[in-house]
Amino acid sequence: MTAQQHPPATKPMITARDLTMAYDSFVVMRDLNFEIAEKDIFIIMGSSGCGKSTLMRHLIGLQEPAKGTILYGDKDFTATDPAERGAFTRRFGVMYQSGALWSSLTLAENIALPIEENTRMTHKAIRDLASYKLSLVGLSGYEDYYPSQISGGMNKRAGIARAMALDPEILFLDEPGAGLDPLSSRRLDELILRLRDSLGSTVVIVTHELASILAIANNSIFLDTATRTQGATGNPSELRKHSENPAVRLFLNRGEQPETPTEIPT
Amino acid sequence: MANFHIPFPRGKACPDVIFLRYEDMSKSDALPSARWTKADDKVVLEISGDWLRDGPPPKIHGPASHQAPDRYVTTELGTFDSILPAFILAQFRTANPPTGTPLEPSMEGLPAGLIGLLELALAVPEEIDANKDAPATSEIKKLGKASIRVWESLHQVADFTGQAVISMGRFVTGRAHFRAQDFWAIVQECGVQALPIVSLISFLIGLILAFVGNVQLANFGAGLYVADLVGIAMVREMGVVMTAIIMSGRTGAAFAAHIGSMKVNEEIDALRTFGFNPFDFLVLPRLLALILMLPILTIYANIVGILGGMLVGATVGIPPVLYWNETLSSLDMTTASLGVFKSVFFGAVIALSGCLEGMKCENSSAGVGKATTRAVVASITAIIVLDSGFAAIFTILDI
Repeated sequence: MTAQQHPPATKPMITARDLTMAYDSFVVMRDLNFEIAEKDIFIIMGSSGCGKSTLMRHLIGLQEPAKGTILYGDKDFTATDPAERGAFTRRFGVMYQSGALWSSLTLAENIALPIEENTRMTHKAIRDLASYKLSLVGLSGYEDYYPSQISGGMNKRAGIARAMALDPEILFLDEPGAGLDPLSSRRLDELILRLRDSLGSTVVIVTHELASILAIANNSIFLDTATRTQGATGNPSELRKHSENPAVRLFLNRGEQPETPTEIPT
Repeated sequence: MANFHIPFPRGKACPDVIFLRYEDMSKSDALPSARWTKADDKVVLEISGDWLRDGPPPKIHGPASHQAPDRYVTTELGTFDSILPAFILAQFRTANPPTGTPLEPSMEGLPAGLIGLLELALAVPEEIDANKDAPATSEIKKLGKASIRVWESLHQVADFTGQAVISMGRFVTGRAHFRAQDFWAIVQECGVQALPIVSLISFLIGLILAFVGNVQLANFGAGLYVADLVGIAMVREMGVVMTAIIMSGRTGAAFAAHIGSMKVNEEIDALRTFGFNPFDFLVLPRLLALILMLPILTIYANIVGILGGMLVGATVGIPPVLYWNETLSSLDMTTASLGVFKSVFFGAVIALSGCLEGMKCENSSAGVGKATTRAVVASITAIIVLDSGFAAIFTILDI
């Protein structure tokens, strides 16, 4: 499966307008404008420390923008009150950089907790659902392990399984491939594509793993540290060849790139 | 091809969700169900209705087969979310105990999207649970395991204390390395910054002792001896024990939590690989700081406690000057130094139990919590046990 099979973009699901992110007076990124369509696999990319995770934290409402708005559909996410925001965030599944599993719960319990809170399913059914989510990330049989008993990469995969617990409409993954071996990383790409195709989830990924970016993404934003704003938006496979911004081409070609963009064939 | 559906918005299990469920049930005859049948020696599973997490629970008809279905009938299947693949996967798993090889069950008749998800779920074989601790079954085994744990922890304490002595030896001979800044920061943390709480508690203890003593002594017309009672009790026992207990809750817990989270973050391993001795670098400055500061805090607590007694004395008609002179006459140098002498040991106990529990902390945030609890419990217990030991020794030596 490749990104090229993906149907053309439909209506925008998430829209950022003139988004400026700052820690007090320190501006991380200014004037970001981008759209994420339904069923997009959207990559937030850029060099280390440029504010990729910060952008994700803004999108899920953990941090307030200094300026600008974030729209979900037609609704202004930045202006919603906390109660309404709860209804919004239940549509999200989030995997944090280090997994962030609750260490006093087993893997199955980690996945079961949000399901127990949000549905009235029987214990057996919840257990089956947790086992299924774990097997999707290749962790079947590890239901009764605690996060401290498994490796870092396994923690990360279990974090993805927990993010998928409630079949979210939008899945946010912060550095899902980091710390995974190439085979697991490839399986993860496949998982993301299958989830998008079968469940219709929109996926937003923070990453700088080029292989993954080019294999699965159909849309992206490049955060440029030098100018503190977006370097480019669009399909990374095309940006790689045709972007007018040399920083973007360098990034997507691991630093090896002719100085001028090739002409877009007509 | 089945139509995938994700209900939105998803509420918590609150009244409007019950309403939604009701609506789901009345809307159609699409109740989720699964029916096991047999046809031509083949096990067939008929799946129908809407399989949704927030919908009614699925009904299972017919005896569940011990083998996985050979074929599926899904013509009546409506919308579904993750609970359907979860159900089918559970059938595979119950029919096939884990062998370490990937399962390849028949998926004939299932919709393509579902097959894709199931294939992904089956791609990595189930881990055979071999390396988990088998729970002890009989009472005797449990007793045995518990005894071994006690023996092991005694061993750890002895080992840690031994290391502390060796490390002190290195410090005295100038071969132990730690940062002087760290040491002074800890001194400040467990010295000056502890003054408010130590002041409050010891002032109140002095006050309470004087109140209780005055009620009894006034019966005999010996009200003035309240000063002796408060003075001796504070200086010999209460001052040092209360200060030690405050410090084990305040500083011992902080040591355990700090070192414990350093261990979780692999900071201790990082020290080791750079050639630092983690014991000298982390435990030694804490040990020295508490051995230095606890006696000083104890002397301070003694004085504040006596002032508390003096306040009560003043309210029952003992002039402060008289109270002060009576206190001084009741105390000699030996009595006054007993509490301070004990405080050196208590300081060592608090620092060592805090650091020991931090060092053996489990690799998780829950582990840090447990380590902190154990550090405080261990040091308070050790303080009281040591104090009774000292009381016995001092009685025998007639001090």
